[in-house]
Amino acid sequence: MLRRGLNRLFGGDERRVDSRTVYVGHQPCPSTQAFVPPKFCDNRIVSSKYTVWNFLPKNLFEQFRRIANFYFLIIFLVQVIVDTPTSPVTSGLPLFFVITVTAIKQGYEDWLRHKADNEVNNYPVNVLENGRRTQKESKKIKVGDIVEVLEDETFPCDLILLGSSRDDDTCFVTTASLDGESNHKTHYTVPDLESDLEVLNATIECEQPQPDLYKFVGRMHIHKDGQEPAVRSLGPENLLLKGATLKNTRVVYGVAVYTGMETKMALNYQGKSQKRSVVEKSINGFLLVYLCILLSKALVCTTLKYVWQNQRGQDEPWYNQKTQKEKEANMFLKMFTDFLSFMVLFNFIIPVSMYVTVEMQKFLGSFFITWDRDFYDREIQEGALVNTSDLNEELGQVEYVFTDKTGTLTQNNMEFIECSIDGFQYKYQDSRTELDGFCVTDGPVSKLQQKAGREKEELFLRALCLCHTVQVKEAGQGVGFADQVDGVDVASAVEQRGFIASSPDEVALVKGAMKYGFTFLGLESKSMKILNRNNKIEKYELLHVLNFDPVRRRMSVIVRSPDGETLLFCKGADSSIFPRVRQEEVERIRMHVERNATEGYRTLCVAYKRLTDEVFARVDAELREARLALQDREERLVAVYNQVEKGMNLIGATAVEDRLQEEAAETMEALQSAGIKVWVLTGDKMETAKSTCYACRLFQRSTELLELTVRTLEEGGRKRGERLHELLLDYHKRAVQDAPPPKGGVTRTWSSAAQEYGFIIDGTTLSLLLNASSDVVSSNYRSLFLQICQNCTAVLCCRMAPLQKAQIVKMVKNSKGNPITLSIGDGANDVSMILEAHVGIGIKGKEGRQAVRNSDYAIPKLKHLKKLLLAHGHLYYVRIAHLVQYFFYKNLCFILPQFLYQFFCGYSQQPLYDAAYLTMYNICFTSMPILAYSLLEQHICIEILLENATLYREVAKNAMLRWGPFLCWTLLGIFQGLLFFFGVHCLFGNSALQDNGQVFGNWSFGTIVFTILVFTVTLKLALDTRHWTWINHFVIWGSLAFYVFFSFFWGGIIWPFLKQQRLYFVFANMLSSVSAWLVIILLILLSLLPDILWAVLRKPRGPHAQQKKSAGQSNAGGPQSFSKPLLMRTLSDESNTVL
Amino acid sequence: MKNQGTTNRPDNTAFDQQRLPAWQPVLSAGIVIPGFLLVGLAFIGIGVALFVTSRSIQVLENDYTGTGSSVHCSECVNPKTTPCTCQLNFSLSALFQGPVFLYYGLSNYFQNVRGYGSLRRPSSSCAPYQYDQNTTIAPCGSVANSMFNDTFTLYQLVNATRKTVPLDGKGIAWWTDYNIKFRNPPEVDGSLAAAFNGTVKPVNWPKPVYDLDPTNPANNGFLNQDFLVWMRTAALPDFWKLYRRITEGEYASGLPAGNYTLEIQYNYPVANFAGRKSVIFSNTSWMGGKNQFLGIAYLVTGSLCVVMSAVMLIVYAKFNSPDEDF
Repeated sequence: MLRRGLNRLFGGDERRVDSRTVYVGHQPCPSTQAFVPPKFCDNRIVSSKYTVWNFLPKNLFEQFRRIANFYFLIIFLVQVIVDTPTSPVTSGLPLFFVITVTAIKQGYEDWLRHKADNEVNNYPVNVLENGRRTQKESKKIKVGDIVEVLEDETFPCDLILLGSSRDDDTCFVTTASLDGESNHKTHYTVPDLESDLEVLNATIECEQPQPDLYKFVGRMHIHKDGQEPAVRSLGPENLLLKGATLKNTRVVYGVAVYTGMETKMALNYQGKSQKRSVVEKSINGFLLVYLCILLSKALVCTTLKYVWQNQRGQDEPWYNQKTQKEKEANMFLKMFTDFLSFMVLFNFIIPVSMYVTVEMQKFLGSFFITWDRDFYDREIQEGALVNTSDLNEELGQVEYVFTDKTGTLTQNNMEFIECSIDGFQYKYQDSRTELDGFCVTDGPVSKLQQKAGREKEELFLRALCLCHTVQVKEAGQGVGFADQVDGVDVASAVEQRGFIASSPDEVALVKGAMKYGFTFLGLESKSMKILNRNNKIEKYELLHVLNFDPVRRRMSVIVRSPDGETLLFCKGADSSIFPRVRQEEVERIRMHVERNATEGYRTLCVAYKRLTDEVFARVDAELREARLALQDREERLVAVYNQVEKGMNLIGATAVEDRLQEEAAETMEALQSAGIKVWVLTGDKMETAKSTCYACRLFQRSTELLELTVRTLEEGGRKRGERLHELLLDYHKRAVQDAPPPKGGVTRTWSSAAQEYGFIIDGTTLSLLLNASSDVVSSNYRSLFLQICQNCTAVLCCRMAPLQKAQIVKMVKNSKGNPITLSIGDGANDVSMILEAHVGIGIKGKEGRQAVRNSDYAIPKLKHLKKLLLAHGHLYYVRIAHLVQYFFYKNLCFILPQFLYQFFCGYSQQPLYDAAYLTMYNICFTSMPILAYSLLEQHICIEILLENATLYREVAKNAMLRWGPFLCWTLLGIFQGLLFFFGVHCLFGNSALQDNGQVFGNWSFGTIVFTILVFTVTLKLALDTRHWTWINHFVIWGSLAFYVFFSFFWGGIIWPFLKQQRLYFVFANMLSSVSAWLVIILLILLSLLPDILWAVLRKPRGPHAQQKKSAGQSNAGGPQSFSKPLLMRTLSDESNTVL
Repeated sequence: MKNQGTTNRPDNTAFDQQRLPAWQPVLSAGIVIPGFLLVGLAFIGIGVALFVTSRSIQVLENDYTGTGSSVHCSECVNPKTTPCTCQLNFSLSALFQGPVFLYYGLSNYFQNVRGYGSLRRPSSSCAPYQYDQNTTIAPCGSVANSMFNDTFTLYQLVNATRKTVPLDGKGIAWWTDYNIKFRNPPEVDGSLAAAFNGTVKPVNWPKPVYDLDPTNPANNGFLNQDFLVWMRTAALPDFWKLYRRITEGEYASGLPAGNYTLEIQYNYPVANFAGRKSVIFSNTSWMGGKNQFLGIAYLVTGSLCVVMSAVMLIVYAKFNSPDEDF
């Protein structure tokens, strides 16, 4: 039911003025002279992106829209056009590889989509054409066709239900594939239609297609010969959606109104917004730095080249004459060409392979979440679900967690606890095991104190039985209803059936009423059947349902009782009921409601009203009129609802317990000690939410609560605006100004002795705060509010509308420092905040699957969040951060010697390394170890990460990808690059490196440098690896072995396709020189020395040290972290004292 | 997309659960300090060996550019005096340990310039020395065209008579270059000259490629050792190249003490690009030619390691014990 509210918020603005006219069965209606069949799209579903013809250009275009790919394409083109030092193959081959792999992947995915499309499009369906049933392929259905659908078939397009095989003109539908709700929904045929569809001559006027699954407005004009056309209103209850499945109904007929890509299902296909991770932003920043390095290197070399050439004899020594073409070339053109050549020579500093590796790491890495058995839940038989792999590392960066309460912190497993009728408390005292028992006989209502009048009591219970939208799940196939004639059988029938509703509260209430002797038997042809205490069946005619929505926070039904009275029953939140009932009744009930709320129960108030015939007639007319309205239907309905639900009589209140999720408190505590601020955003009452917060240990006993709610605002008796201002300043003073400055931010531990604050705000106050009179005041309030909240350990926002949740997330997201936010929720009302936050987590809960579908990650239970963040998130972050830094580093020390070599070769763009090495370095020699590292590394093992939530703070605020660490890595790269080059340069002071006196040439020089380089960067990674699995061993030593093998192979054969055998036997000759060996060993050791020293001196590290540290901490923080387990019930006193 | 497997319980394999058995090395003081000490000592040992060896290698270098500080061959600086022969006299006070290698050295000479040694893309790989008046040059290209063509003859002065020291021109190029990498075109009628029919000599060469070494027919064509040495382009602008080995007869064990004359045919111009030429006598050891760098580098690194292990030992002894208690 919350979902409907959400759709109100989202769908509200998608009003379309246009409407479409559908001719049912393509029959021209008499009123129009010339029947022009309107054009609509066919029923072909196209989810595929490409066709065979446009695949290549379209895919290439899309791939080259990525800035990195485009950059590499430019480099490649420069290499092809300009006379550059390296062959175009060196950059063309990796680019080609990347593009091809991506294209194949996307092509395959598209092929799968084509296949699925074809299956759907070619599915045979029966269409009634001129009274005959013809079989068509699904894609050929046109708007206006009358389609026959059999049981368990899926609707081929959006249909208006015209006829059903069921007697009561309904059909049951499950929309599991659309929104994941597996309950059966009832849909109704258009009222008062002829059963013979052949002669039906009607037009349907309905809105243009729109994606909201739960919204539809239309009107049907039925033409009969010579009569004024009759008009019927159409709503979502008449519309069968494509993708939904027919259940429990033999056959239905419907007319197609939306087909193909205009169906609501297809319109909902549109992808989600792309979330980019903060790591990607860091990469882009580093990329820019490296691009600058690249440009300045090229610029320096070009400048120096021309300075150097100005010296006597250096421009064109006799031994190296220029070609005719070079002599003729324009000076500036030559300079430009030289610049481009240098760019190409150094372009390896920004490797194509990094993007591939990062993508692979993310894609493959996300499997570990899916595979994790700890995330498997026996109840729903599912594990975690990864909807996007782009955000893995973001899980390790979360600073704010926004959590829903119902279904997320609590189980959303409602249990009827007690009720209060007319001021008397009724507590059901049976043991819990007999919860679902049926105690129809005498009513187990305990006489706690006194009882309300029997009349009131029964009225209340009848209200509970009638005021809901619960369905009875039929046990077996259609048996249930038929043979429940007398009371004896009914009991067993009831036993076998369950209740289905979109909200578990309603089920709890109906079950609660059952315990007191009133059993709801189901809805049959507009009459609700109740089995009362005397085993008699009472039939109430259901006249109207005034639906629930989160703004009204109540729902009502209008029924006609067996003795002809028209009654309105209303149930809803106390805040929405109390103003609408007589005040003297309120006082009796209010005490119970408030006490129950502070105990953490969800309370609802029940009221009723007798409607006189005149009043009912008026209301009925108004409701029907509002329902027929094509425009502003909802607003008009709500207006009527509000008018009707007035002056009611309060009969009682209910209390339903929503139990905490497993390990909710432990999880919250872990998150808090990980330095994550937890905000609870709920639509629930403040008292209920607050007690949940205490139970989850978000608020401690010592926490001082700062409250900014309607109640505190009205305390002073002044205007709300002034009071708000005053309170904000006061709280700001207490929480921000007077608080001791945090000790170094990240390192501040949770066990610090400073006073902890909790903040509570409600929806009304929030909107007051956000929509203050002027922009200046508003932004001022906003910053005050944020500052207060940032200094609070936990924040509770209650009475939130779904959109307000998103607003809060957005506000925090855009606040100073752009903290990473995570939203977790299970219901449709959380979708907006899940989409808004950096990371959205859906819980596979009971309120449908909308949250899961819109989330980035879905987990079965709240408790899994702990491992997801503390272990997976932390590890992913460390892995990818190291991956990125390592990639930049290894390419810096790869290219730096090449740059330095330019100073010794007359700035002639002579490559230091052979083309094969240039190409293979990033693809083969150094790619696999880092990929394995980035998938398998556990610098701290998972158990310790889970035990010590504080470890999470070590990587907070993007700690490994800030400019500091980047500078360290860059300096290391520069140091090693210099060492490689000048070390070998010194060695080549005498190039006779063998005892036979023969000398080595420039390719030997390059090969020695390259060998040192490959070994150093690989061993550097080996030094960083803290978790050596056999895979790490395999790829690290394998890569080195492969390099040696490849070098032998590459230099061991005269390759016919090469014009120059530059590397022929260079590697083997190098290995035959002792000096080369010695210099290689020396330089590798020297390059790694800083790393070894760093690894040794940075203490304490490693698992042992961590363990030691953790042991010390948990001892120190023991009393506070493991405070006595608090049960919900014992909490009431606590919350009272704080208030 | 990826949720196919989740309806069932995930597999309980070590890999899936990230529980692969793993070795978790910790660089603890107990490993690092002795390790550093051992490595340091080993390096110092190697360094000493290298240093001593390098010092024992004799090098005799003579600049014969003829300009500037060099007095030798100044008469040949004027390019008009061709052919020009000059002499370089030197004396050895002790035996120059054999085998002695004779190198020529060039400095400020950029053999490593792109387009000199490497191919120029895309059109003709040998431009501007591909064709000479439309006839193919063999061997083509700048490197071949600019081949070093000074020649040296060494005499020992014994009782005022010049005694030729035999210079061995074999085995100065890489074995693979001579035997595999470079091939002559197949001989036509047993004549190498005929095989090169239709080609002309490089512009700067005095004689065609098949006539490079009149004394040894197997040392002609592309398979001329001097040519091959020259073709292995040097890495840096100051370089040595092996010219001859002194391995024969009474000089096999080295050059005995005495006076020597090196007769140089001075052909190769270096003045216009401010280059210098020199001739070097050197012997080698197991580590190759004389190179002080390696020995010193090893000694420094080794000492560094030893010092660091000492520092670490002190640091650990002083600061680590309270740390452990924490």
